[in-house]
Amino acid sequence: MDPDIIDVFRQEAAELLEQLEKALLDLEQRPDDRDLVDMAFRALHTIKGSGAMFGFEQVASFAHEFESAFDRVRKGETSPSRDLIAIALAAKDFIRSQIERPDETDAMMGVCIISDLRQLIAGTDTYSVETVAEPVMISQADVEPLVTWRIRISFNKDVLINGSNPLLLLAELRDLGECQLSVDTSAIPLLDAMEPAASYLRWEALLTTTHPRAAIYDVFIFVMDDMELDIQQEIVAAAQQVPPNVHQVEQAEKTYAAPASVIAAVPAGNNSNQIESSSPRASAESRAPGKESSTIRVPAERLDEMMDRVGELVISQARLSQLTSSNGGGTKSVAEDIERLTAALRDAMMGIRMVPIGSLFGRFRRLIHDLSRDLGKEIELVTEGEDTELDKTMIEKLADPLVHIIRNSADHGLENPELRAAAGKAPAGRINLIARHAGAEVLISVNDDGRGLDTERIRAKAEEQGLVAANAVISDSEINQMIFHPGFSTAREVSALSGRGVGMDVVKRTIDGMRGKIDIATEAGRGTQITLRLPLTLAIIEGLLVRVAEGRYVIPLTAVEECVELSELDDTRSEGRSFLNIRGDLVPFLRLRELFDESGAPDVHQKVVIVTVGDTRVGLVVDQIIGSHQTVIKSLSKLHADVPSFSGATILGDGTVALILDVLHLVALGQGREAHKKSAILEYA
Amino acid sequence: MMLAAEDHQSQQVLMLGFAGEVFAVEARQVREILDPVPVTRVPGAKPYLSCILNVRGKVIPLADLRLRFGMPPASITADSRFIVLEIYIADEPTTIGIVADKVYEVTELNTSALQKAPPVGMRWQPEFISGIGKWHDEFIVVPNLSRIFN
Repeated sequence: MDPDIIDVFRQEAAELLEQLEKALLDLEQRPDDRDLVDMAFRALHTIKGSGAMFGFEQVASFAHEFESAFDRVRKGETSPSRDLIAIALAAKDFIRSQIERPDETDAMMGVCIISDLRQLIAGTDTYSVETVAEPVMISQADVEPLVTWRIRISFNKDVLINGSNPLLLLAELRDLGECQLSVDTSAIPLLDAMEPAASYLRWEALLTTTHPRAAIYDVFIFVMDDMELDIQQEIVAAAQQVPPNVHQVEQAEKTYAAPASVIAAVPAGNNSNQIESSSPRASAESRAPGKESSTIRVPAERLDEMMDRVGELVISQARLSQLTSSNGGGTKSVAEDIERLTAALRDAMMGIRMVPIGSLFGRFRRLIHDLSRDLGKEIELVTEGEDTELDKTMIEKLADPLVHIIRNSADHGLENPELRAAAGKAPAGRINLIARHAGAEVLISVNDDGRGLDTERIRAKAEEQGLVAANAVISDSEINQMIFHPGFSTAREVSALSGRGVGMDVVKRTIDGMRGKIDIATEAGRGTQITLRLPLTLAIIEGLLVRVAEGRYVIPLTAVEECVELSELDDTRSEGRSFLNIRGDLVPFLRLRELFDESGAPDVHQKVVIVTVGDTRVGLVVDQIIGSHQTVIKSLSKLHADVPSFSGATILGDGTVALILDVLHLVALGQGREAHKKSAILEYA
Repeated sequence: MMLAAEDHQSQQVLMLGFAGEVFAVEARQVREILDPVPVTRVPGAKPYLSCILNVRGKVIPLADLRLRFGMPPASITADSRFIVLEIYIADEPTTIGIVADKVYEVTELNTSALQKAPPVGMRWQPEFISGIGKWHDEFIVVPNLSRIFN
């Protein structure tokens, strides 16, 4: 089979397995939610179907076994217990490994999982005997020739009044085989004219089945007088196509549910919800609604390449603007048009690369589930800000560090149930995972309500390892940063999960690599919060181009608040104090000339660019403000990794390079220098 | 990376004038030879790596090896050239520019005749030198670029 097609199946299966996992995990929280059971079944069923179609027979047969073992849950005879979910998750993992590494997967494991599953569900092991005896096959029917029928169903308006329920009939139709239903709602009148008890819907079904035409007739035999039925054999094997309007069916079912339940109260006592849950296969045949029409898979490298081209375009455009502004004339309006188009193209390109972080957060639910089981602690994961968008490449890089942080919080941070009870805390430990934008940064925090970091123990350990001198005066936050040191661990025992002092080192290195920062806030007995501060390392940003001495620099526009002139008074007074009065607020300022060790006299009228850094505002004194500049970020060579004041560089219209200021680090550098100066003065005195 | 470690008896090298000496740089490491262009100073960087420049849309650091060797900085003359190299630093290919006073030629160098750098009698730190070779009856220096930049 075409490897490309198999690849498509793998990707699709990966998505479905993700859905399955999500449903199972949700089910653990809300065991009575029928929709979740159905969602799990739909995913599983589609895997089974497409697995068989793409030649993954083993996957299909295992999924089938899984499905039938789980059937009692679907019928509502057993409710999903924790153990059951755990085994179901293991089964899901098994399917994944069957799909991804079919050669290395031991079929015996599958048999064990299924027999466990059956034992748990049945409460006896009679089923497991059957498993061994009965060869694992999909249904016999699959061997028979399949025929696809196109069926048009249209009921008379008063069919409901007569006590028939079309939904039941449709459900019966579905039981005959693979069925795709679409609904025609065109006959529904305006609200005023609508009779609540009348039926206005018409259906068209594509049924792929081994049953004969007569079987289809039989379904409708009791209402034949009240309806029109048209059954035709389809020539094309339409079963494999995904109808573009699958979601309409679900919608229609909902629309329909209202009148149906009104009627139901009178003659039949049927409840539309029951119908839906008893026929989950309805939409099981469909893949995720509308997916294929709305998304296209594009290899990430192609996007990167496109991004590069857009970047080049932005540079050329900047150049063009520069040229036309000096020449003037008719070219100017063309240049402006191109500027507008380039900006739009750039924004669209950026949008393509942005992914909500929720996709990453979803993965941690499984981690928490497993950790909770392995550690014997009840853990609750609360996520916030799933919509926060980040560059796709950054999201991928964040997965590992977050796993380590969460693991650490669960293992070391959260206490065991007895200790929690003694401390008067709720039995379930809480881990919050929060993402949000703050200025030009994305903040991702993991907080737990555990015991907090033991700063003294960290210090003792750091001294023991020679990382800190015994009598050095360092702040608690500096001590806490020690946990990121390679090989550093205060754990007395190494557990399977953590304690080797490797994980946090990985976190530190990855975040450093992304030019991010890690903040730790901790309170003994109350918990720990670890915040990753990441720059929005998007490939292009809007910047303010400024000049300091001969050098030109770009300040990210997202950080810029306003620009003011440095008055002579403030300038001369700054020997003693370096702050401005901005509408009554005190704003300290830093002279970039000094920070950048520029010699020579500054320009007469210096300007101050007010930037926000976290929660505070700081002024940066420059010689000239040149203007706004679209900036294509070029990363600095790793030989310059020791220069934190710049987040990258950009190429100007004349081909020279301007550095992009990393405002946060720059201000920290300025503070460091001032502190140094002060201590020098103290020593001198 | 080290010439001495190569199996070949001889190798293509680029001969550069540098602080009155002749340096031989492996030709396959050389990407481009540029006339000097305006460079941008990076405040706060190590002195020998204090500049960056734009090479075909990529921003690369420009190293002044004289400062690395503890000599006064290079002055740009009509003969000066920027040599763009691709070298391995921590197992990753890294593009970097160096300033040469003059470029002579690309030639074959007999690598088997390379001698170890003598521990005394040189102003270069011996760990930065892969070996001393001969070219037109002159001693030439084969620098160990990976070590210089690590």
